[in-house]
Amino acid sequence: MNLLRAWATGIPAYLWSGWGAVASLMMLLALWDWGSQLYGDLVLPSPLATFDTLAGLLAEGGAWQELAVTARRALAGFALSLAVGSVLGLLAGLSMTASMMSRPIVTVLVGMPPIAWLVLALLWFGAGDATPVFTVFIACFPIIFVGALQGTRTLDDQLKDVARAYRLPARMTLTDVYLPHVLSYLFPAWIAALGMSWKIVVMAELLSTPDGVGAALAVSRAHLDTAASMAWIAAVVGLLLAVEYLVLEPVKREVESWREVQ
Amino acid sequence: MMLELSQLSHRFALTEVLAGINLTLPAGESVALVGPSGCGKTTMLNLIAGLDRPSEGRIENRYAATAYVFQQPRLLPWKTALDNIALGLKARRVGRQEWEARAAALGRRLGLTGADLDKFPHALSGGMQSRVALARALALEPDLLLLDEPFSALDVGLKAELYALLLAEVMARGTSVLMITHDLMEAVRLSDRILMMAPAPGRIVGEFRLERAQAERDEAWIYHSTAAFMRTPEVRAGFGLPPPPHPSPAGGGGQGGGLPPAAASSRGPEKKAEMSCGAH
Ligand SMILES: Nc1ncnc2c1ncn2[C@@H]1O[C@H](COP(=O)(O)OP(=O)(O)O)[C@@H](O)[C@H]1O
Ligand SMILES: [Mg+2]
Repeated sequence: MNLLRAWATGIPAYLWSGWGAVASLMMLLALWDWGSQLYGDLVLPSPLATFDTLAGLLAEGGAWQELAVTARRALAGFALSLAVGSVLGLLAGLSMTASMMSRPIVTVLVGMPPIAWLVLALLWFGAGDATPVFTVFIACFPIIFVGALQGTRTLDDQLKDVARAYRLPARMTLTDVYLPHVLSYLFPAWIAALGMSWKIVVMAELLSTPDGVGAALAVSRAHLDTAASMAWIAAVVGLLLAVEYLVLEPVKREVESWREVQ
Repeated sequence: MMLELSQLSHRFALTEVLAGINLTLPAGESVALVGPSGCGKTTMLNLIAGLDRPSEGRIENRYAATAYVFQQPRLLPWKTALDNIALGLKARRVGRQEWEARAAALGRRLGLTGADLDKFPHALSGGMQSRVALARALALEPDLLLLDEPFSALDVGLKAELYALLLAEVMARGTSVLMITHDLMEAVRLSDRILMMAPAPGRIVGEFRLERAQAERDEAWIYHSTAAFMRTPEVRAGFGLPPPPHPSPAGGGGQGGGLPPAAASSRGPEKKAEMSCGAH
């Protein structure tokens, strides 16, 4: 509750502090517009044309549905990797042997290109929901796993001694000493994974499913409809930015206000 | 209420760090533990605080509440100064209103402002962090206070101020203190008894009593007593110093004038030296 209130009250000041970000986004738009004037609308539709097309798609109503389907898949894969990655990472971090053994496996998982997973997933699961969800899960998993692992490995013996010397009950040791520390590693990993899930899901849909934003992109590409393609891309990026800067970043600030560097 | 260590020994793997430590700390006494780095002082305090189990021997701590001030502040970085001070109170399930009031009052007594109390540790200076760490220990209203060179990283002025604050709290409550220090003058200033430790394995090789009451210890007395203390063979051997060029400055004259030579008298396996500084 406290967190919610802090989040709500923090929003205006936070938005105000975001003017720099807005300015740099405007620069990007200007560059985009200049590029479209240079190459013509067929190659690169202007921002105005793009947002016009997007508004049209949204007004038709079908776009919301595609976005919802994509969001559902991304969030399902993300939630799965969040749960599995956090738990396994915490457990692996508690044991020296497990964390040593998991390191090379994680290196392989991180190094594996998502497109390779997508191919495997297509072979295993076919053209259903399971393919994008699995691909998102497997791409996000190592990020979260490593965050959780590092969080537990770096638990400070000195702070453990404080907890014991001041006779903190087991529950309080967990909530006041272990969790805040582990969360400070987990939270950035969650955010990175969420961004990742959004990118991966579009790619997976493009190649594997009949619906969702990725599929819509594939259709507009087949029709050589650059404006629609750009509109879908703008929708995906816009949604990601909104989630990241309106929800995650303020929560992160509040959760980690004790940190030296923000 | 007292603390009693008998035949305490401790090993890390095969290294013997402490051997045959005997110590009794009755209520209200302040004991300083001095000795070279690595001789096992911190280990001894950890054992007393129950952070580790001794390999051999017995520790009987009959004090109702023991508080430990570590060598570094060791504050929880995600808690404000106020919450850090109240840590032990919350662990005892003291109600929120009460711990808030008590922690804030204690913080103010130790020179922290209301704004300081709302800050996170990273925003506090080293001196402020040390105050918070001290307040966290005092908040428990301990009757045994364990101090491990708590202010060794601070400058002389700050150190003096914090020790004055500490002394005031300790005197007001009659708290027993077991403190580790590198600073012999600090030991002479603050303790009723100084234990000299020697390394490999850590053991107590000398015991010195300071008879003068805390309140009557002026700077001159502290300088003279420290000088006398530093001339004792136990201290010179313990810190690896060469024997004094002029073994005992008997009689008057000079800075050390009026100091009786430290009289060493055997007492069992340990040596004991009385350092009573009379007014000559
Ligand atoms: N956890 C530990 N494991 C192994 N050796 C240790 C450990 N803690 C301390 N020691 C060793 O024990 C000796 C005494 O250390 P310590 O009690 O910290 O000395 P002091 O506080 O007097 O400087 C040192 O040689 C140190 O290396
Ligand atoms: Mg030490």
